[in-house]
Amino acid sequence: MMKNFEYLAPKTVKDALTLLAGDQGDSKVIAGGQSLLLLMGHGLVTPKYLIDIKGISSLNYLQKTQSGLEIGSLTTHRSVETSPLIRNGFCVLAQMEGALASLETRNWGTLGGNVCHADPKGDVCPVLIALGAKVKMISLRGERTMAVEDFSTGYFETALNPDELLAEIQVPNPAPRTGTAYHKFTMIEGDYAIVSTTVSITLDASNEKCKDARIVLGAVAPAPMRAKRAEKVLVGREIKDSLLQEAAQIASEEAEPVSDMHASDEYKRELVKVLVKRVGKEALEKAGMA
Amino acid sequence: MITKDLSITINGKQYRLSVGARTLLVDLLRNDLELTGTKVACDSGSCLACTVLVDGKAVKSCSILALQVDGRSVLTIEGLANGDKLHPIQESFVKNHGLACGYCTPGVIMSAKALLDENPSPTEDEVRHVISDHLCRCGAYPKIVKSVLEAAEIMRGE
Repeated sequence: MMKNFEYLAPKTVKDALTLLAGDQGDSKVIAGGQSLLLLMGHGLVTPKYLIDIKGISSLNYLQKTQSGLEIGSLTTHRSVETSPLIRNGFCVLAQMEGALASLETRNWGTLGGNVCHADPKGDVCPVLIALGAKVKMISLRGERTMAVEDFSTGYFETALNPDELLAEIQVPNPAPRTGTAYHKFTMIEGDYAIVSTTVSITLDASNEKCKDARIVLGAVAPAPMRAKRAEKVLVGREIKDSLLQEAAQIASEEAEPVSDMHASDEYKRELVKVLVKRVGKEALEKAGMA
Repeated sequence: MITKDLSITINGKQYRLSVGARTLLVDLLRNDLELTGTKVACDSGSCLACTVLVDGKAVKSCSILALQVDGRSVLTIEGLANGDKLHPIQESFVKNHGLACGYCTPGVIMSAKALLDENPSPTEDEVRHVISDHLCRCGAYPKIVKSVLEAAEIMRGE
């Protein structure tokens, strides 16, 4: 049974920030609540004050600027999935969203809520990290931005201060000759990842050598993680199957999976090896066509 | 208990209610308003038996606080029929035996309604994609898909 709480529904960002500024450590922000209400139902999260920001329409937008995409934190997953703006250069976002839970969840759940929930098995953050996305956080003290990579600090933990609100997700335009691919390995469609892999590859001007690479693993560590040693294997070299194989092997050693009801840690390491190679190859093909 | 005022339209009828903060939309529907057509099965946000439409979009009423729906419009399975005349989707489920035990059926039909409102001519794959998220442990899926596709034809006037 859910513990009782006081429900507050500020109508403006300023009202929400004022409430958060007075937080004594017993408030929790709810957006779509698709994950939070489950935890509250089990008594795992028991706020005294629940601050519902879902109704603040000024945080619900998706727009293209010169430098990339700006997505308001209260934009629903479904809006991201179906936005014509993300078809150019950001298709991988639509692909990820299309496999996130069910349509019913995507219709109500928000991008910012998902990022702040910081579930190590979450779908959104690994892809945002591969795309080099940033988050903008606001409070009555001002605003700051941070790479999504640094925002997810651990198991259900983020760098957000108690008086701050996640306002916007900024996805930069991909560099020329960049391809990004994503695969989520699950038991059934729309389920949580057993392992997810996102690879982004940027080729140099000759279209032969790898100029930059990002390999992001989901569900194999307390937070989404970059396999940085594996990335280094690719950078500066011509990517062939054998090189991808080498990077995949190293990525599987970098991963820190734990066994659970779905799969053993050995099995997950093996999945990382298979997926980094497969997804890396797809990213490379896309980079060659970009 | 801490309660708040809630102004909500359900199946075309306006309500002004006083609702507890922790009341889920599904509990408001079933317990307070006795609209028990909407079901609770898994109680963990995974089965979609509790699906209703909020402002025309299919959502899980077990994963939304009633107060979050303030000022919005809700459609439940009870609001589909026109008096004694069943909605074409309901007719099609009856005709095609699109159910066995029937427990998941209200949720499935509401998702089908949202799908057909948005896309009157879905392919079989598109129907399967939407229906696959609903847990039907009788395994009535083939007849559910057939029911939805036939309902789409009827609603298109074919």
